[in-house]
Amino acid sequence: MAEFVMPQLGADMNAGKLLQWRKRVGDKVQRGDIIADVETDKADIEVEVFSTGTIEKILIQPGEKVPVGTVMALIREEGKPFAAEAPAVRVEAAVPSAPKSPAPAAPQGAAAAPPPTIEAGARRLHISPVARKLADELGIDPATICGTGPGGRVTLEDVQRAAQTHAPKPAEAAPELDRAARMRQAIGAAMARSKREIPHYYLSTTIDMSRAMTWLAGENLKRSIEDRLVYGVLLVKAVAMALRQFPELNGLWVEGKAIAKPEIHVGIAISLRGGGLVAPALHNTDRQSLRELMKSFRDLVQRARAGSLRSSELTDPTITVTSLGEQGVEAVFGVIYPPQVALVGFGKIVERPCVSEGQIVARRALTATLSGDHRVSDGHRGGLFLAAVERILQEPGQL
Amino acid sequence: MTKLTYREAVRAAMRKALRDDPRVFLMGEDVGRYGGAFAVSLGLLAEFGPERVRDAPLSESAFVGAGIGAALGGMRPIVEIMTINFSMLAMDQILNNAATLRHMSGGQLSVPLVCRVATGGGRQMAAQHSHSLEGWYAHIPGIKVMTPATVPDAYGMVLAALREPDPVFIFEHATLYPLEGELDEGATSFDITHAAVVQSGSDVTLITYGGTLGKTMQATKRLASEGIEAEVIDLRTLRPLDTPTIVTSVAKTHRAVIIDEAWRTGSFAAEISAQIMEKAFDDLDAPVARVCSAEAPMPYAKHLEEATLPQVDQIIAAAREMVPRHG
Amino acid sequence: MSAPDISARATVDREHSLFLLREMLRIRRFEEKAAEMYSLQKIHGFLHLYIGEEATGVGAMQAFTQQDAIVATYREHGHALARGMSANVLMAEMYGKATGCSHGHGGSMHFFDASRRFYGGYAIVGGGLPVAVGLALANKMQKRPAITGCYFGDGAVAEGEFHESLNLAALWKLPVVFLCENNLYAMGTALERHQAQTDISRKADAYGLPSSAVDGMDVLAVEDATRKSADFVRGGNGPCLLEFRTYRFRAHSMADPDLYRTKEEIETWKKRDPIVLFEAKLREMGLLADADLARIESEIAAEIAEAVRFAEASPREPIEDLLKDVEAGPSK
Repeated sequence: MAEFVMPQLGADMNAGKLLQWRKRVGDKVQRGDIIADVETDKADIEVEVFSTGTIEKILIQPGEKVPVGTVMALIREEGKPFAAEAPAVRVEAAVPSAPKSPAPAAPQGAAAAPPPTIEAGARRLHISPVARKLADELGIDPATICGTGPGGRVTLEDVQRAAQTHAPKPAEAAPELDRAARMRQAIGAAMARSKREIPHYYLSTTIDMSRAMTWLAGENLKRSIEDRLVYGVLLVKAVAMALRQFPELNGLWVEGKAIAKPEIHVGIAISLRGGGLVAPALHNTDRQSLRELMKSFRDLVQRARAGSLRSSELTDPTITVTSLGEQGVEAVFGVIYPPQVALVGFGKIVERPCVSEGQIVARRALTATLSGDHRVSDGHRGGLFLAAVERILQEPGQL
Repeated sequence: MTKLTYREAVRAAMRKALRDDPRVFLMGEDVGRYGGAFAVSLGLLAEFGPERVRDAPLSESAFVGAGIGAALGGMRPIVEIMTINFSMLAMDQILNNAATLRHMSGGQLSVPLVCRVATGGGRQMAAQHSHSLEGWYAHIPGIKVMTPATVPDAYGMVLAALREPDPVFIFEHATLYPLEGELDEGATSFDITHAAVVQSGSDVTLITYGGTLGKTMQATKRLASEGIEAEVIDLRTLRPLDTPTIVTSVAKTHRAVIIDEAWRTGSFAAEISAQIMEKAFDDLDAPVARVCSAEAPMPYAKHLEEATLPQVDQIIAAAREMVPRHG
Repeated sequence: MSAPDISARATVDREHSLFLLREMLRIRRFEEKAAEMYSLQKIHGFLHLYIGEEATGVGAMQAFTQQDAIVATYREHGHALARGMSANVLMAEMYGKATGCSHGHGGSMHFFDASRRFYGGYAIVGGGLPVAVGLALANKMQKRPAITGCYFGDGAVAEGEFHESLNLAALWKLPVVFLCENNLYAMGTALERHQAQTDISRKADAYGLPSSAVDGMDVLAVEDATRKSADFVRGGNGPCLLEFRTYRFRAHSMADPDLYRTKEEIETWKKRDPIVLFEAKLREMGLLADADLARIESEIAAEIAEAVRFAEASPREPIEDLLKDVEAGPSK
């Protein structure tokens, strides 16, 4: 029996609200299928399933908000015998305001087995008064904090520790708090954590975009309108290709260790209407053609703004690229999105006087920056990385 | 500063009071010729004579009541009740007369009575000579309850009590009499309204008084070696209780252990715990803990008595239980 | 001590005799009014009436000066009136008013008047005796000539505090007159049902106290015996005890259905009503005329009526002052 749990959709997510099931009990699901829609502070997200089998039982109903890790459904996996033992329901603790999970009935045909006890669903959160007070002040949902006190009680120290890693929960006192405000809270928490934990270093270089832009103009003339490329796609692809040589910048920092990721999933910072931003992944960025990337990019922006991103898109990025050139910004010194270890920023393209072979010529220049995590890399490698990006952009035909 | 024992400090205070104020006299069982069951009043009979150091018959109710009457009549009696166990025989006078007369008379009467009472166990005196019932007294509006744990308090509280217009009960833990300490015999003003923060710490507040202060201080040394910084409050006066000092400390440490030699059920420790719940609930990071005596009449045998009374290890265990482990 | 020669005293002091009669009548009428007001729910709690025992309160009180201290019981209306407290403050106290002698804190059982050294009504049987001993101790230690008069009932002699107090007072030769008002019942338990030795005066023998039994229905006998005892005590001879043999005509309290004694017994004792007896004696001796009695009754009626009016009109003690006087100093 496989468990389908409320997924963690970002470092700043503590809990999610089930909006709807896309499947019903008895439906067959394939790994990768969208099984449900979940509302987080950032977006409504289509959540995929990682098991293949038949939905055996639904434990959480639409409208319920449950902590990350809460078992939401049980899936009988293909080729595996029907589990006779009671499912290990692992609802860690209900979010205080959420309705209680209905207790699942004992599996049919398992009369000999004792009925499963859903102790956790009815269990009151054990938390000390001062810890509860601090959690409220910090906007941390106590149900998501691991208690280390006697009997698992959440103590003051636990909340203080959690404050380092948790994003605030939506304030219960203000249920009308809108999505934008909640997103701002979430971003704030993630960025605060980043600035608190990640020793940033920043590098900046000016990249000559003349060749790339000339090539792009010629290329777009050959393309139909819907296939035309934006220069940002070139930048993203260049970053992805450069990362192959600098695996330390493409990865995560998890529990005190750097993990380089073999796949390159560049997260694209997308600002949303009404404020806030998300940075979903363009999967396997380095292996997609410019055409495919352009298509993916358009789709991603559209879905991000529609609030229908897929869970993997939010959890998979291995690096983030942010481009604020359209806003007229010349240089971006970004804050790394934990647990990533690097962020590349691009400003606008400006014409600058440039000395080339003794002549002053006008060049189209762009400021590229790298925000790096000093625990993982240093300025020397970072500088080489930016140089590689620049070099790649000088040969746009190879992109 | 003079170095002397707790016993000598009480005696010095009484001697000073007897010298300074002709209204003061000492009355109780064996306070005169015997010199006091705990030798506290040794020598006072010779110095002040039998009119002012009065050996009373074994009539707790009569001589405590006589103390009340004498106080009403303009005297400043110090009544020694040999032990708190015997004070039960005077409970009618204490509860129904001493504590009530001012209020019941609409403020007309004043009972400036001082009762000194030996209290506590730890000396293998068994079930009828080992009580710690000062918490019962602290239940009663109209009287003040002091529990000196140090030499300066043993001295100062007697003199301060004699200045009070209402009945004051001073409970002297019998194991403290040989305790040595420094005393400024020139001191003239004595604070009896505040608890003392005997030791400052950040991790847990240990609240105690009287006979268990010493054990509590021992516990803090070992806790400190484990990295637990305990704050220690000596309540000093149980009634009126200095709740603000307790609340301030708990607001800082978020944890409290109350050490009280009395039985747990319905105890003064329970009262302190309730005060913390009422006034510092949101500051608590752990349930208030109590280290009290086992709920049994005090046994005679040493190992059994030790098992009954609060001990250093229990104080340490209670503090450890609620303070997060470090390192 | 022997019974006094009433005629000898009375003939020399008509005015005093009329005063004694007036004081007894004042108590009687006050108590009757108290019973009435209790039935009208103006007075609540316990109400123990003194009717029948007026001679002991009035007679004995004559032996004490204003410097002396008086300690009484919960049946102390008569003692308080005889001590000179006004009917106004007593009635107001029973009404629970701010103008009551104890600001409504005490009620019927706890009348106090520090200015008259009336140390009050003690409602724990026997509880006043040690206090009286202490008041006497203070007098002795301060070498004041004052003495203490301590009233208590026959019920109190069963209490340890009675024995402890007699012993302590005798041991230290303290100036206190113990005044036992033996009305034959400790609440509902008759003397012979709670005492092995029903001759209370003899209990003093064990402690070396001089004692005597006195007819408690004869006010002059009570006064005379108490004066002699007081003089003895004032002389530095230590305490003594008087047992007044008296009877209460009413039940123990307003709540008492009086099931433990017969109507015949009560009627028998009423024939020895101290007021009736004393009136008859005075008339017989030509010291009391109808006009005298009418004037006295009229004046008392006015005083009692005024007490009721005063109590009715008085303000209640403000609740804000509830904690005042729990301790000295500002209210908390």
